[in-house]
Amino acid sequence: MDQLPALLVVIPLLAAPLAAALPNTRLPWLLAVAVSWTVLGIAIAVLAEVLGTGPISYTMGGWDPPFGIELRVDALNALIALIVTIIGAVVVPFAGPSASSELGSRGIALFYCLFLLVYTGLLGITVTGDIFNMFVFLEISSLSSYALIALGRDRRALTASYQYLIMGTIGATFFLIGVGLLYSLTGTLNIADLASRLPAVAGTRTAQTAFAFLVAGIGLKLALFPVHLWLPNAYTYAPSAVSAFIAATATKVAVYVMLRVLYTVFGAGYSFGTMPLTPILIALSLVGIVVTSLMALNQNDAKRLLAYSSVAQIGYMVVGLAFATTAGLTAAITHVFNHALMKGALFCALGAVAYRIGSTRIRELEGIGRAMPWTMSAFALGGLSLIGVPGTAGFVSKWYLILAALEQGWWWLAGVVLATSLIAVMYIWRVVEAAWFRPLPAHRAEVREAPLGLLVPVWVLAAANVWFGIDTRFSAGIAARAAESLLGAAP
Amino acid sequence: MEVLGHYNYWIVIFLMMAGLYTVISRGNLVKKIAGLNIFQTSVFIMFISFGYVRGGAAPILEEGVTIYSNPLPHVLILTAIVVGVATTALGLALVVRIREAYGTVEEDEIHVQDEDF
Repeated sequence: MDQLPALLVVIPLLAAPLAAALPNTRLPWLLAVAVSWTVLGIAIAVLAEVLGTGPISYTMGGWDPPFGIELRVDALNALIALIVTIIGAVVVPFAGPSASSELGSRGIALFYCLFLLVYTGLLGITVTGDIFNMFVFLEISSLSSYALIALGRDRRALTASYQYLIMGTIGATFFLIGVGLLYSLTGTLNIADLASRLPAVAGTRTAQTAFAFLVAGIGLKLALFPVHLWLPNAYTYAPSAVSAFIAATATKVAVYVMLRVLYTVFGAGYSFGTMPLTPILIALSLVGIVVTSLMALNQNDAKRLLAYSSVAQIGYMVVGLAFATTAGLTAAITHVFNHALMKGALFCALGAVAYRIGSTRIRELEGIGRAMPWTMSAFALGGLSLIGVPGTAGFVSKWYLILAALEQGWWWLAGVVLATSLIAVMYIWRVVEAAWFRPLPAHRAEVREAPLGLLVPVWVLAAANVWFGIDTRFSAGIAARAAESLLGAAP
Repeated sequence: MEVLGHYNYWIVIFLMMAGLYTVISRGNLVKKIAGLNIFQTSVFIMFISFGYVRGGAAPILEEGVTIYSNPLPHVLILTAIVVGVATTALGLALVVRIREAYGTVEEDEIHVQDEDF
């Protein structure tokens, strides 16, 4: 029972080479589906245990921390692990038909091997309690995602993956520099141990430099404006299932890393009191939200539009994170959960469309709402959630964010959040208008609805948006608990 | 003198800046990866410099030696070197594929081809 956190990492890790060894039939896909559902069950069990008895800890190899690597799961990690596994459990079945049609049959076994490696990396980042281990898993997930993104049909997937590789490696190396500086100050790599030893040395320039490098490195990984430049190309040209999975998980896990470093390692008092991080993060993310929402309006490709929208949504999370209050953190963590559901649903819907018509350019989507009503309705539902219409999950996180802003007395910030939600209406409307309010061209008359194998995952995610928009006890409740534990109130 | 005694850190700074400058300014995709490697190498040197204990021997158990340098940074750097190797291999594989798809490995020529698309 106490080995569950380790199993979360080990099961996908062992399944990855197994998937590569299988022949290029449906077997690698079935293995990946089995792994993703098993891992979902384990994540649910871990969350239940953490909510019941408090943070759980597993020592790798029996070496006690701080000398050995410790996997430490509390309410925050368990929630993030759950969201990664939920998205995986839905997107891997989706990837069966979608990836087979986009990649052909040649590289399918290696595709699922890479997918499982990304899964390993992301879950590893989430459960580990050792900061260097976090770097290793960060690189595992990043390298596998560079390879996955390069598998897209368009040749620009290659340059997108290359650009992401260069920028991502610089970001991860900055993270490594920060870790090294922290180690030289305190002599430990265990996160809980760092937290107890850092206050004594927090006044030194080394600590400040480590802080700066860590924030810069993680900021690049979570696509904070202005180092978000890798994201639009990477999400647009990757295969549809890869876009859906990575858009819904990779940047969220990076937000989790930021929360861990800022709140657990350094402590809220240092990060936002001594270091002027609140104005920096809020300024950068607000500019990012406004600029990328406006850029989303100008896009001709629906996937690219959603990619810019993702940067804006991450901006909301960083704004919530930068408040350093319970309300702000609750907003950020709830939005991590909800945004994964939203973007998962939206990218999967576009993947289903791409499966049928081979493109996601808005001009090609004209009239498709009549030929593929279920798919585009799911897109519209995800779009409503993105905008933040009451009754959907997006409303809940924006509500908490505005509450947090008003609590601080920052009316102007609440105004910016509302104004950018209106911009979201505009760019979602562009796709909806093309899909339903334009006539279906003659050469698309043969297009039928997406197959059930694609439609079911899309609707599971779209329905989840509505479910978690109405019943928020789970998402917001756990987020509030996680927020309080981050700020040091209760474990 | 303090400045000269810390010569490894000066080398670290020089290599880090040289590596980052190469990544940013060079248009050739292979040169960018070379710059990335130089940047990562500077970080490795930095870590190993942190691990040095004054008067310490290499961290291999030996008769009669009481002070050893800290072996943990060495282990961390071995891991980071492997990560660097994997990144370089992946980057170069991508460059090979880009060469096949675009016919060039110069960034500006690739941009021109993409804009015509």
